[in-house]
Amino acid sequence: MSQAAPPEAAGVSLAEVQHVADLANLELTAQELPRMARDLNAILGHIAELSELDTTNVPPMAQVAEMLGITPATHGESLRVDAVKPSVDRTAVMAEAPETDGRFFKVPKVIER
Amino acid sequence: MAEALQLETLSLSAARTAVVEGRVSAAALAAEHYERIATVDPQINSYLALSRERAMAQAERVDTAAKTGESLGPLAGVPIGIKDVLAMRGAPATAGSLILKGYHPPYDATVVAKLEAAGAVLLGKLNCDEFAMGSSNENSAYGPVHNPRALDRVPGGSSGGSAASVAAGLCVASLGTDTGGSIRQPAAFCGVVGVLPTYGRVSRYGLIAFASSLDRVGPFTRSVADAATMLEVLAGPDNLDATSSTQPVANYSAEAAKPVAGLRIGVPEEYFGEGLDPEIRAAIEKVLDDLGAAGCSIHKVSLPHTRYAVPTYYVIATAEASSNLSRFDGVRYGLRAEDANTLAAMFRKSRDEGFGAEVKRRILLGTYALSAGYYDAYYRKAQQVRTLLTRDFLTAFAQVDAIVCPVTPTPAFKLGEKTDDPIQMYLEDIYSVAASLAGICGMSVPCGTTQAGLPIGVQILGKHFDEGTMLRVGTAVEVAQAGR
Repeated sequence: MSQAAPPEAAGVSLAEVQHVADLANLELTAQELPRMARDLNAILGHIAELSELDTTNVPPMAQVAEMLGITPATHGESLRVDAVKPSVDRTAVMAEAPETDGRFFKVPKVIER
Repeated sequence: MAEALQLETLSLSAARTAVVEGRVSAAALAAEHYERIATVDPQINSYLALSRERAMAQAERVDTAAKTGESLGPLAGVPIGIKDVLAMRGAPATAGSLILKGYHPPYDATVVAKLEAAGAVLLGKLNCDEFAMGSSNENSAYGPVHNPRALDRVPGGSSGGSAASVAAGLCVASLGTDTGGSIRQPAAFCGVVGVLPTYGRVSRYGLIAFASSLDRVGPFTRSVADAATMLEVLAGPDNLDATSSTQPVANYSAEAAKPVAGLRIGVPEEYFGEGLDPEIRAAIEKVLDDLGAAGCSIHKVSLPHTRYAVPTYYVIATAEASSNLSRFDGVRYGLRAEDANTLAAMFRKSRDEGFGAEVKRRILLGTYALSAGYYDAYYRKAQQVRTLLTRDFLTAFAQVDAIVCPVTPTPAFKLGEKTDDPIQMYLEDIYSVAASLAGICGMSVPCGTTQAGLPIGVQILGKHFDEGTMLRVGTAVEVAQAGR
């Protein structure tokens, strides 16, 4: 399972790119779609080199501290105390919103009736 | 009252001393920088916004304190620029993207607050590749930055504005960010010092996230000593960033000044292979001779997984980016597309209009790598190779105190030269991404120029949280250069 080979490198179709774009909430124009498919295939071909390496029993590394054995037990707690404190002023935050009634963010209709 | 200072070569310590001793006012120094920005920056395009009001108010506070004999911070009156991916209250934060056009964050990044508390005068926000994705600054929605040493060439990226502004005398120091080389590479291209601190050394609160397991904030300066001063101000734990480290902060200025005799320097053969520009190779070899002459011992080391660093990086960085950039949806800040009747259409249209081609490319790649059926083959595999790359460094650092190698395979390339081929652009990061993945510290120090006059940088890599030794080697490189 850890040796799962990448799918055929040159094989991402336009339909697959469109599917991924949908997952990522991106709209691609008719010009963008083939260009993105070409680039994605080229990059995935390069990434396929990783399959040369045997990584059986190699643990995945999500971040640096775990490799150094840095844990709250050895190096102290880095999370702040969970206490109520004033936060950024709501007026200042809402002033940045494209559309707001001052209390809530307003968005287009979510549910069709 | 104003003593004439040469802005292009002004060091941080000289600027501060002039202000503290009353030879120049902080206000005059800031005003002179703004004048120079008005004259010079139209050719360079390093600043996206100026924060004149905030800068002048701070300069006056410093000048008042200087007159009344109050104790002044380590950056008192020093004009500094901030990469536009960091939040600074009252100034726009675009991240080089149209999707954040018009956004003014209502708070300061921790590093911004720390600089100001140390007396720095923050001049404005600096141009960069969109969401820090790029190696040439050509991905900025607000136009490319031009390299001050050769205007037809790129300054490097993504912190192109941060490097160019320091090189051109448009601020004394600046802040940049580095996810895969974005501080070290532009520092090398523009001939300034750039420091990538160890992951966790500097708070990232208020940084617009690209790839959270890799993103770091660090300084650009004109000397290693100045970089040490900046790092002393920036480093340390932060309640607002759970990934910031509680490791004690060293006296970097004192560390940087220590002699290097007796240090063991590692030279990784994998960083001197095919594709390395011969002039850069020669310059790095000279640096190694200089370090040998200064009493260091030089050792060959091997980092056998180096060639897998770029593909590993482009899986992990894009996967994290696809997640981080999902927050840009036109709801809470920035751009919202008009004429969208449903929420889903509004998300799509806003992101389509707001993101540039490279950002879309990386979001697609990252989404693909994380999608059902591909996760093990790409993301998990890349995380396993990341372990191997990190082990490479841990093994090497059991034998040596620091590693010396090139920052980039070539000097600054021409604007437009690599924009059509994403892989060529990604390979620009070949010597920088492994250190990013491993979380170790690194820096770029100028070590000469090519025959065409383009700057060359040498990369010094240090152990996790051993910025002190890295800076020490940096000083030795600088001293040898000055003696040429």
